[in-house]
Amino acid sequence: MPENNGREITLGQAVREALAEELRRDPRVLVMGEDIAEAGHPFKVLTGLVDEFGPDRVLDTPISEAGFTGVAVGAAMTGLRPVVDIMFGDFVTLTMDQMVNQAAKVHYMSGGHWQVPMVMRTTLGATRRSAAQHSQSLHAWFCHVPGLKVVMPSTPYDAKGLLKTAIRDDNPVVFFEDKMMYRLKGPVPEHEYTIPFGVADIKRPGDDLTIVATSSMVQVALGAADLLEKAGISAEVIDPRTLWPLDEKTLIESAQKTSRVIVMDEGYGRYGVGAEIAALIQEGAFFYLEAPVKRMGAMHVPIPFSPPLEDATVPTEQTVFEAAKELCAKN
Amino acid sequence: MATAVDPSQLDAQTQKEQWLGMYRRMMTIRLFEEQVNDLYTRALMPGLAHLYIGEEAVAVGICSALRSDDYITSTHRGHGHCLAKGARPDRMFAELLGKEAGYCKGKGGSMHIADPATGNLGANAIVGGSAGIATGAAFSAKRLGNGRVAVCFFGEGALGQGSLYEVMNMASLWKLPVIYVCENNMYNEYTHFSEVTAGDILERGKAFGIQAECVDGQDVRAVYAVATRLVARARNGEGPAFLLVNTYRYFGHHVGDVSRDYYRSKQEEQQWKTERDPVQILADWLIAQKLADRARLDQIQAEVKAEIDQAVQFATAAPYPAADKVQQDVYAGE
Repeated sequence: MPENNGREITLGQAVREALAEELRRDPRVLVMGEDIAEAGHPFKVLTGLVDEFGPDRVLDTPISEAGFTGVAVGAAMTGLRPVVDIMFGDFVTLTMDQMVNQAAKVHYMSGGHWQVPMVMRTTLGATRRSAAQHSQSLHAWFCHVPGLKVVMPSTPYDAKGLLKTAIRDDNPVVFFEDKMMYRLKGPVPEHEYTIPFGVADIKRPGDDLTIVATSSMVQVALGAADLLEKAGISAEVIDPRTLWPLDEKTLIESAQKTSRVIVMDEGYGRYGVGAEIAALIQEGAFFYLEAPVKRMGAMHVPIPFSPPLEDATVPTEQTVFEAAKELCAKN
Repeated sequence: MATAVDPSQLDAQTQKEQWLGMYRRMMTIRLFEEQVNDLYTRALMPGLAHLYIGEEAVAVGICSALRSDDYITSTHRGHGHCLAKGARPDRMFAELLGKEAGYCKGKGGSMHIADPATGNLGANAIVGGSAGIATGAAFSAKRLGNGRVAVCFFGEGALGQGSLYEVMNMASLWKLPVIYVCENNMYNEYTHFSEVTAGDILERGKAFGIQAECVDGQDVRAVYAVATRLVARARNGEGPAFLLVNTYRYFGHHVGDVSRDYYRSKQEEQQWKTERDPVQILADWLIAQKLADRARLDQIQAEVKAEIDQAVQFATAAPYPAADKVQQDVYAGE
């Protein structure tokens, strides 16, 4: 947990700080993507980096996601540590061959001889009124592929520490940032720190119910937990922080303790992260459970544009609150 | 470290050794592939293989122009590239048979030979899939200032893949030391390239401002000459090149593709084998130039044959990886 030294910065600032520190620390690190240099990325997350590190290390690319992701794979194999910026998570579709058939498999196919130390940063999350091709949360796709690691920070503190770990990892890491949380503020110490992969964080301890939540859903879960407290239900909110590697032990132990579980993830529910974690919990805590594990995720529709339609596609504090009350009702 | 130089600058003896060395490497590829076909036909090899026979002068001519620390990426039809860049036949065969002693500990097989010691970033079974990797290796070479060059081998079938043009655009913009070698063996698997390739192939390179040239892929001396020039150019910071190499594969798309009448004639195949064989063309020249006599060439062939036989014996006798190795090497550092 972060020490409270008084400094609060946004998640976007935390990402930029992590990149700046690693660019400073290791000359092999570089950042590449569309409109990331002078433009500082459309979300302005990278503003100023090019001024300190120059256009050779904060590199504007053509609008060629497959191409520059492939260049990053080759650069990572031969001595650099590229961080690729995919502007919207929806555009990862264009990079899939490079990530799935190349980056993820190079180490294994070569019998462990080549490594691909690269990071792909991209976004997830709906409710920005951006419609079906700028709003998806497609992280589950990458969780399905051996050879990749998948990181999902939910706070500025986690974003900074996890991104620094990702850049130092010798494997391809896909790092998802909720575009709606770039302005979320939180405590981040000024001193150097990293956060190990595969260690979940209990964002709020509780006894009656476990809410496992990822990325964008963590704040929603915490809001729901406040409502539940007023209704006399003590909810524990756990953020796995990395989906692979996954801290199975912490999730199962919490389920064993509370005996009721909701899994929240903004990806599609069907065949999704929620399904995987629910299966894991029933395997590890079946005889402790008082109720079936409840999954809450994006509705199985393309994300619509119209605000009332879009808002209906994702879990809210209120829908989680209702689901939790139902789960905790005595039969 | 061997540095490629213009053969005309060498003394007569060194030149002779260089050409004979290329003859030996071409013969190594030829006999290696014949042995692969034999192993497959006798059901001694798992999976399948894509033979490089007929195209030997391309890999040997180009790799002879490279330093040992230069990079290559290869394709599903990659045995020739790997051998030409310095891979050992015994560890190659071991990989093809799925043995622990193989270049990839048996985890890659015929289509994924990789070897950092010879700059081989890996053969790739996605058509055009390694264009990004080769371009990225050139990006590193330029950034790190280590003077290396990357060669991206691909067949003309990869001309249909968009990502190739994405990375060619970046290679030209950033003046990367990468050479895109398009081996036009005339068939995208089972389809003549003219049925699926619009316009002029060289123009595709020129459109990006890339130095684009064409060479006869059956003449190793011609391939070597143009490769030497393009490699030197790339190494000097003058940017990427696109080299179209016209060649022919004698066998089918893969070892099991034996009935080929529906996409090409036996007459066409025979014509290439008798009139345009790269090994024969070099042999004829060596003899005409009095750089070797028939006996010397026969001796080289016999030596290579012995090496290949020994390599097959080594690979056949080598143990398979233990089943508990299956989960190793998924992640680095674990």
